[in-house]
Amino acid sequence: MIRTEELLLNVGPQHPSTHGVFRIIIKLDGEVITEAIPVMGYLHRGTEKLAENLNYTQIIPYTDRMDYVSAMTNNYVLCHAVETMMGLEVPERAEFLRLIVMELQRVASHLVWWGTYLLDIGAMSPFLYAFRDREIIIDLFNELCGARLTYNYMRVGGVKWDAPEGWMNKVRDFIPYMEKKLDEYNNLVSGNEIFLARIKGVGTYDAQTAIDYGLSGANLRCTGVNWDIRKAEPYSLYNRFEFDVPVGKIGDCHDRYLLRLEEIRQSLRILKQAVEQFPSDGETMGKVPRVIRPPAGEAYVRIESPRGEIGCHIVSKGKSEPYRLKFRRPSFVNLQILPKLLVGETMTNLITILGGIDIVVGEVDC
Amino acid sequence: MGDLLLEQLTWGNALIFFLSAVVLLMIVLGFVTYAIYFERKVIGWMQLRIGPNRVGPFGLLQTVADILKLLLKEDTIPRKADRALFILAPVLAYVPAFAVLAVIPYTDSLYFADLNVGLLYYVALSGITTLAIVLGGWASNNKYALLGGMRSAAQMISYEVPLVISIVGVVMLSGSLNLRTIVAEQGNWFWEWNFLPQIIGFVVFVIAAVSELNRTPFDLPEAESELVAGYHVEYSGFRFAFFMLTEYVYVYAIAALTTILFLGGWHAPAPFLDFVPGLLWFMLKFACIVFFLFWLRATFPRVRVDQLMGFGWKVLLPLAILNVFVTAAYIEFFIKR
Repeated sequence: MIRTEELLLNVGPQHPSTHGVFRIIIKLDGEVITEAIPVMGYLHRGTEKLAENLNYTQIIPYTDRMDYVSAMTNNYVLCHAVETMMGLEVPERAEFLRLIVMELQRVASHLVWWGTYLLDIGAMSPFLYAFRDREIIIDLFNELCGARLTYNYMRVGGVKWDAPEGWMNKVRDFIPYMEKKLDEYNNLVSGNEIFLARIKGVGTYDAQTAIDYGLSGANLRCTGVNWDIRKAEPYSLYNRFEFDVPVGKIGDCHDRYLLRLEEIRQSLRILKQAVEQFPSDGETMGKVPRVIRPPAGEAYVRIESPRGEIGCHIVSKGKSEPYRLKFRRPSFVNLQILPKLLVGETMTNLITILGGIDIVVGEVDC
Repeated sequence: MGDLLLEQLTWGNALIFFLSAVVLLMIVLGFVTYAIYFERKVIGWMQLRIGPNRVGPFGLLQTVADILKLLLKEDTIPRKADRALFILAPVLAYVPAFAVLAVIPYTDSLYFADLNVGLLYYVALSGITTLAIVLGGWASNNKYALLGGMRSAAQMISYEVPLVISIVGVVMLSGSLNLRTIVAEQGNWFWEWNFLPQIIGFVVFVIAAVSELNRTPFDLPEAESELVAGYHVEYSGFRFAFFMLTEYVYVYAIAALTTILFLGGWHAPAPFLDFVPGLLWFMLKFACIVFFLFWLRATFPRVRVDQLMGFGWKVLLPLAILNVFVTAAYIEFFIKR
């Protein structure tokens, strides 16, 4: 008899496909995973604790660094929470700007996901195509707020900078360009037999499991649950625009892939309407007291980030710093299902499934 | 050269053999240097990049610089590695890769050894490289390397079979295992070359060959997004370079073999184009195949191990066997020697 034993393998923290410093300890029987233990915390910076000693405006740059692929939505959730507590009015122009940058950010974020996911699966070129198109959005942001990744753009009560002259036209030009590129992406990749064979039926779970694990975003919608906070509990100006929430049927990686591409298309649809309706003038900053002191109490707001439901829970004692600030990070919550999905899969599928969940380690570890 | 091989071995002859081997080595190294440059440029353009353009004019010396860097690097051997095997593996990988080139005829008169079992020699020797890759993976004492080595063993064994069977049709048509005879048997018009009558064999051969080369979409042994670098993860410096060299020498060998077996070797595509030397036609066809191999890399995602195995055994092998039967029936009913 040959003595066989399980192979204990550390995937990460330094590994090209864990999207940052994330580690999974797996036990392999041949190429089949018998147990998977995710280890996180390599990127923990204590954002929530740090926030307790900062006033609300100072916290905004910290939110940029949580989900650095989608910093605008993080900005928004904090500002939105504070505004909700204080009952502040945000001028329409500012709200439009916020919505436009959030949707642009969603497109950019999904592009990063699309590129890196295909890179995980072994196709090199789409990564560069995706980054070419993301670059345009990044340049737009750069023009708007001077930063390319960590924007620090929004403020409690409005936005820091008004759109420079001609900026809105550039956004308008970008929409048809991106729609054309989206078709190109579909032609290039979505029908590829090898790619379909890799992702179809991989990492499947049903709606009940998804809800039990608290999944959100495309990870939830791929099972057929129609839950998009932009529609379910409209915040910002989302109830003014027409868009669909794409849902999947099977709940596998292929569904999640198609959903994210479709979400780009829907975001472009929102953008198109928003650019048309953009007010020609107006304030970009509402009437905000000089020192932001939310009244004592608690508030929880949630919005739809590209990765799912991002929530912000503020406990205030009526001071200019929060007593406790808690972020519900979608990457962190979505990741919980990983050990369950991995058992019985092969080493190769580990990468497919992990990539399909779409995590940003900065947000997982916060 | 063929006549010399038949003569008594003298010091003079041995010297000639040695020198011609050195010349071949230089040609191969030159090819590898510029194949890498070409690959990087081609993929760069396909991916909206520029590719190497800093070292030398148009970056032509980039690969030379890379090789120099690898030469100067510290050569590390992991403490817990199996030292002897670790050192042996890159050499064992490279030697057969170079040795198979001996039987490849470039034109009617330009060739090194005129073996009458040339094809068999090629197939037999190239199998040894698999052993070296498994050895490298095993001796590194690294889990990723081990997984990569094992994958490579499974993959190469699975694809060697359809590869060999797919060329049986060609052998039957030309009635010889000698590569020169195989080329000579192919006609003067391009539709008389083997790739049309042997279209199934040709397709199976190309797919199996890409897999043998461990290139995208079959680059599982070194799947960088899963296994980091696969079997050569622990190798550094020139030992690593040897593995890379092996890979590109096999690109050379497979491209040459495809040209010979299926694309009419040094024949011009039409008789009136015969004024162009055969060597140029050979190089042109050869370059097209090399480009095709590089092109794949920019286009395809990677297949999964189980799918790779399933595809090899359930699709390619039956197709290759079918091809043998069809060819046999064709010869029996229409040609009947």
